[in-house]
Amino acid sequence: MSRRQSASLDRKKFFGDPVMVVTIVVLITLLLLFIVYPLAILLVDSVLVRENDLYSAADLAAGKLEWVDKNGAPVTADGDAIFARLTAVTEGGEDRFVPVYAKPGVFAHQARLKDADGTLYIRVVNSTDRVVWLDLSRLMEVDATPMTYKPNGRLIKKADGLEPADICVQLRRNNWSLDAFPRIFKDYTFNHALRNTLLLGMLTGFGSLLIGLLFAYVDVYVDIRSRVIKKLFDVVSMLPVVSPPFVLSLSMVLLFGKSGLITRKLLGIYDANVYGMWGIVIVQTLTFFPVVYLMLKGLLKNIDPSMEEAARDMGATRMKVFTTVTLPLLLPGLGNAFLVTFIESVADFANPMIIGGSFDTLATTIYLRITGGTYDITGAAAMAVVLLCITLVLFMIQKYVLEARTAATLTGKASRVRMLIEDKSVRYPLSALCMLISVFVVLMYIAVPFGALFKLWGRDYSLTFKWFAKMFSEGGWKAFKDSFILSLIASPITALLSMIISYLVVKRRFRGKGFIEFTSMLAMAVPGTVLGVGFIRGYAGGIFRTGFMQGIYGTGLILIIVFVVRSLPVGTRSGISALRQIDKSIEESAYDLGAGSGKVFTSVTLPLIKDSFFSGLVTTFVRSITAISAVILLVTPRYLLITCRINEYAEKGEFGVACAYATILIMITYAAIMLMNFVIDRFGTSRRINGKEGA
Amino acid sequence: MANVKQPKGVELRNISKIYKDPKTGKDFYAVHNVSLDIAPGSFVTLLGPSGCGKTTTLRMIAGFESPDEGDIFLGGEAINALTPNRRDTAMVFQSYALFPHYNVFDNVAYGLRLRKVPKDEIQRRVTDILQLVELSGMEARMTNQLSGGQQQRVALARALVVEPGVLLFDEPLSNLDAKLRVQMRTEIRRIQQKLGITAIYVTHDQSEAMSISDNIILMRGGVIAQMGTPTEIYYRPNSEFVADFIGECNFLKGTVRDVNAEETVVEIDGHPVSVATEGARQESPGDPAEIVLRPEAIAIADHGDLPCTVELSCFMGSYQNYHVTVGDTLVKITDNCPVNKRIFDVGEKAFISFDKHCAHLL
Repeated sequence: MSRRQSASLDRKKFFGDPVMVVTIVVLITLLLLFIVYPLAILLVDSVLVRENDLYSAADLAAGKLEWVDKNGAPVTADGDAIFARLTAVTEGGEDRFVPVYAKPGVFAHQARLKDADGTLYIRVVNSTDRVVWLDLSRLMEVDATPMTYKPNGRLIKKADGLEPADICVQLRRNNWSLDAFPRIFKDYTFNHALRNTLLLGMLTGFGSLLIGLLFAYVDVYVDIRSRVIKKLFDVVSMLPVVSPPFVLSLSMVLLFGKSGLITRKLLGIYDANVYGMWGIVIVQTLTFFPVVYLMLKGLLKNIDPSMEEAARDMGATRMKVFTTVTLPLLLPGLGNAFLVTFIESVADFANPMIIGGSFDTLATTIYLRITGGTYDITGAAAMAVVLLCITLVLFMIQKYVLEARTAATLTGKASRVRMLIEDKSVRYPLSALCMLISVFVVLMYIAVPFGALFKLWGRDYSLTFKWFAKMFSEGGWKAFKDSFILSLIASPITALLSMIISYLVVKRRFRGKGFIEFTSMLAMAVPGTVLGVGFIRGYAGGIFRTGFMQGIYGTGLILIIVFVVRSLPVGTRSGISALRQIDKSIEESAYDLGAGSGKVFTSVTLPLIKDSFFSGLVTTFVRSITAISAVILLVTPRYLLITCRINEYAEKGEFGVACAYATILIMITYAAIMLMNFVIDRFGTSRRINGKEGA
Repeated sequence: MANVKQPKGVELRNISKIYKDPKTGKDFYAVHNVSLDIAPGSFVTLLGPSGCGKTTTLRMIAGFESPDEGDIFLGGEAINALTPNRRDTAMVFQSYALFPHYNVFDNVAYGLRLRKVPKDEIQRRVTDILQLVELSGMEARMTNQLSGGQQQRVALARALVVEPGVLLFDEPLSNLDAKLRVQMRTEIRRIQQKLGITAIYVTHDQSEAMSISDNIILMRGGVIAQMGTPTEIYYRPNSEFVADFIGECNFLKGTVRDVNAEETVVEIDGHPVSVATEGARQESPGDPAEIVLRPEAIAIADHGDLPCTVELSCFMGSYQNYHVTVGDTLVKITDNCPVNKRIFDVGEKAFISFDKHCAHLL
């Protein structure tokens, strides 16, 4: 038996549906361009050493044009392609014969001898690896040829009196080698950073696991009568979603730093040092434990209480039940949560940047390699590859091993309501501990606006608006406007893309579906810093350094693309789970009644997952406006971003201004979330479908 | 009133569909070499136990699945490679598949809007069709504010309003309670006959199939077990499976003794009984024979053709239920209106007899 006919019919039906075909092709292209390609280029970069050599273009500049073929022999026939000879500047270097083009740009074509009278171009690179097309007849004009050099390697500036002999250009030489990896593994900074990163991931992972488990257990198992504590739980689990990643670092410095409110004012310690490993561990733990809390809470709720009651009935103590029943059932889930936090911690850039001090992690080391004096791009690329490997491997284990196992052990619904623990000896200490942590977290968030309002933290606690005034006078408006607009553009794109992807993944069958699903989820495992480096390497010289799409580098567009890529997995995940709940036959019936794929999606699918679409919209906005790790590498002075400004001021030690920015940022994100809840509540699909609206 | 343009006939020519068994990973035929010719305007039911391939066949006609072998024709045109939205079919789904974000009117108007029908015509046609399914005045309701039966009517109206060449039903009544199910199937039949539309109906409920169809196609394991009118299938089953699937059935094994144009005499445990001879079939004396007998076609009395022993006797209201043994064979009998008849008790000896036209030889 062969399934050839149905396969060919399916193919015919598939191609009879142009909307779907175009959508899939466009999607795959986008994913290839903006997720796969930047990561692939990092791999290439770490094994490919590029060296830029100077060559003298004196003959060309002087107008002594002598055309040769690619081996240096003179050209005679009209139709032959022509090359120009460039002499090496360094002693003993070989001459290069470079192709001469009749037209620059993406569709450049090589000049023939008969074209030699027209305008001719050669392709060279500048010091940041960008492709530059040089007009041969205007080599002597600095404006037209911004990337020519003196023989000593100095860039030619306007004021230089130019002689043809001065004109040199840079050409690239590719060298494949695996040198970069042994080199960075011998590098002290790298080794240190690698060790730090892994250590940090471990500590943060365990810390978050412990606190998250405590919160989840108390929430699900213990009878908390106090409304206040319940409310606190909600607040604490929502805070990290709304707040920019480094807010806790700022407040950590404010409260426990050298002139910290608690350390200095209350305890009288004058040489407190929060900078370093423990500072980051505390801050990251407090930032990431709510994620663990929410994950474990869902799992604990799924454990059937009768199982534990059976153990109790057979004589197990409460502790014994926890260690022999609850914990083993939860184990894969714990592993899962641990890895998620580990990945987050390893990928975190902002916190180590602000309170890391001399404790460098891979993410910050990569950033410093690129922005710092050394500009060691091969080294940075190799480090990024190492960092990517760590997160990718963990992500694979988490996604394909632990998630499946979690689902296998805990799929059942609880058969009945759990008897909550009312025992005071359990209730009081556990809820007191949770309360303490919650209050501490809330306190840390409150410290930020006060940091912006006090005249001089540590000395003068009188209220003032001078930090806000300073913020606005130093480009604050522009920062808010830029961040706001870029995030606002990114969010509808992401929301729509992720809904389309989830629709295709859940409801349709086609070749390449696995690729789309995997790639859009992959972005979750890629640290922002790695993505940033990938974009720099991938687009600074255009795609594959051909100059194609070079234009997007340094613009707002690339920032928007990064925002989209960073938020895509979150939106896709929520879209997929929303769509899984919709009966397939609802779409089939629209299809059957004559709607094409596009129409089915817009008239049935999208309205049904409106809530998910809308929350994707807001989540992307919030994630984008608070993003830092990838964009800090890509932003140019044309755009000011709030997060980058906060980082800048915190680096300079001007915490007042940093706090002023952070305060307004929190207000914006909080407002966005409130708006989302309001709109979903008011206009969401679930409301109408649940029939809360009268007929 | 909504008029059906022109009902279309459906023809399946040697259709097969192969699936992969999720456990063993081996390919198997979900539908194997099925050929059908459905006349325009007729009501045909695909009947069979779950996993027999009936829904797969229906979904191939709708276009959701593609056949691995064979061709599908709708109104004489091959539609194999057409996507579902380009086929002149409309389906009523098991789960109704109503759009939860639309009200009743918008649900029904959906297909018409896709066909760019003018607004006032949409208004008219939707109103007409809602009247036909007796849902007038419910236009503004959301679908979740309707009862199961009403949702079913909306689903039917939505499929009918686009005036499809053929109407497909995928177990549309299985989510309704028993009483409503009977009511709705009469309704569906009434509407189908009124509009003269071609309908293909999938169900596993034999009484539903009997009461509603012009023709029944009984399927088993991906192949057609028997095709025919409900009466043919009921009284002239061609296999034990068919006989057993359609209602309760008794099988009596014996040997053919004598055959003539009128009747065939079969000997069971040494007692001759006669069965009407069917034209196409010819048994010869000495052949083994199996008689198919419906429980309600058997009479039990003190005198008759075959001696038996009563094993169970149970009053059911409208009938007396007997289990008797003839030789080693268990025979079920339903004796209707037992009030004035002699009731046999367990252990009693009795005789059974039957009209030769009610019996059928396998």
